[in-house]
Amino acid sequence: MSYGQTRALKGATFAVDEGELFGLIGPDGAGKTTLIRILASLLVPSGGSATMCGADVVRDYQAIRQMVGYMPGRFSLYQDLTVRENLEFFASVFGTTVEQNYRLIEDIYKMLEPFANRPAGKLSGGMKQKLALSCALIHKPKVLLLDEPTTGVDAVSRKEFWTMLRKLKNEGITMLVSTPYMDEAAQCDRIALIQNGDILQIVSPKQIVDSYAYDLFGIESKRPNAVIKALRADSRFQSSFLFGHEVHLSVEMRSIAVDAVERYLLENGIETIAVRRISPTIEDCFMSLMEHNNAIG
Amino acid sequence: MDSSIVISVNKLVKKFGNFVANDNLTFEVGSGEIFGFLGANGAGKTTAIRILCGLLEPTSGDIIVAGFNGYTQRDKIKANIGYMSQKFSLYEDLTVWENIRLFAGIYGVSRKLIQERANLLIENLGLEDYRNRPVADLPLGWKQKLAFSVAMIHKPTIIFLDEPTGGVDPITRRRFWEMIYEAADAGTTVFVTTHYMDEAEYCNRISIMVDGKIVALDTPSALKAEYNAESMDEVFVKLARNSQRV
Repeated sequence: MSYGQTRALKGATFAVDEGELFGLIGPDGAGKTTLIRILASLLVPSGGSATMCGADVVRDYQAIRQMVGYMPGRFSLYQDLTVRENLEFFASVFGTTVEQNYRLIEDIYKMLEPFANRPAGKLSGGMKQKLALSCALIHKPKVLLLDEPTTGVDAVSRKEFWTMLRKLKNEGITMLVSTPYMDEAAQCDRIALIQNGDILQIVSPKQIVDSYAYDLFGIESKRPNAVIKALRADSRFQSSFLFGHEVHLSVEMRSIAVDAVERYLLENGIETIAVRRISPTIEDCFMSLMEHNNAIG
Repeated sequence: MDSSIVISVNKLVKKFGNFVANDNLTFEVGSGEIFGFLGANGAGKTTAIRILCGLLEPTSGDIIVAGFNGYTQRDKIKANIGYMSQKFSLYEDLTVWENIRLFAGIYGVSRKLIQERANLLIENLGLEDYRNRPVADLPLGWKQKLAFSVAMIHKPTIIFLDEPTGGVDPITRRRFWEMIYEAADAGTTVFVTTHYMDEAEYCNRISIMVDGKIVALDTPSALKAEYNAESMDEVFVKLARNSQRV
């Protein structure tokens, strides 16, 4: 897919199984939104093809639109229509009624119901997102395309949203979701790592953790920024990043011991509260993959 | 007033009609502190930030920001703070240089100083080759560094960062936090909101708002101890789960 000179996607090739919860991760500008919009039949690819449930996204766009529910990254409902009016509008566009598929959205819609008569533009971020999901589901799509559905959403609403996605998975709905949150990526069946318009790797969360090939340390100190600076000055240390209340340091396997890290920091004038060996979280693994692939600009 | 206190809020109330957006907020932020201002969607964070930035007049309560009164000296407040968010920071179709000049002008930096500081900024960020290219051409990490530096071009006492890392990949947002630490080390006070709970751990102190009230305010480690939680995510979920407001 090209925009003038810019090639947003370069020969991306992948397949998603029926009923799969498939994640898309990658830095801003990697091509995630372009890919989702092509699948939603809203953009025509410059080359290549894509099909969903046998329907071609260009030739059979009418069938695609019946089959797909799309939640764009930007809130795209009618701000001046009420919650109820938005839902009824989307149902009617797809030739159905709210009642007909109510069962599918019941859990989310119950939380929205007290505000049924509030204009959508006056909802908080968490509620807007619940309404957008309800509207994307109201015609009972086979495939849901979700473009960063939880960006700007608080930690509690985010958890509720993913509980909902797991329920939809049990209903047999296939989902493709992009996210900047690695704890969410970990809940997908498989994840595609996308960068500069290319799909670099498709892995399961377990595979990605199993293939982590470094020793990892958690370093707690009162001066995390000083720790990072000191570690980056020595080439024995692979990478070091802030990580919650610690700094995570990765090194080549069996190349250095805990007390050597402690000693090194002390020599650089940094006292540590604790240095310990830790198992990588999914975020460590993704970051290692992204760094490996030169993700950072 | 203690000179090391740069934000002082006492019994702040903001009502819109009958709706109480900010319900009796009281807190102080110290010079050079990284203060995390957390809360659920709809808790009233944006209203409070708008008041602290001098954009909105409070209904009642005492507000002093950077030494200026939140009712009578709102223009002075605006001149002494910086603001950046992920949603809006730079004009994508203006060049790097044009963005710097525009924002420096808005922040009241003199023409002569703009030249000087813009050149220094471009040099420090290593953006010489991008000087006359639209910001849209910059990779995200650079865009963020530029947006942050532009928000600091008038050397403000306090910088307000409203979800600066929303939707940003894990490496880029950590690099951004390294910049926050640099600014705080240099004495700038950082007032930041985020929905990433690992980022809450990077703050010196944090407050958590639920339904218009501050329900917790302390260091991350003290809060984790108080709520018997392993992580800030757990603390947040425990506090925000019972929110009545949407």
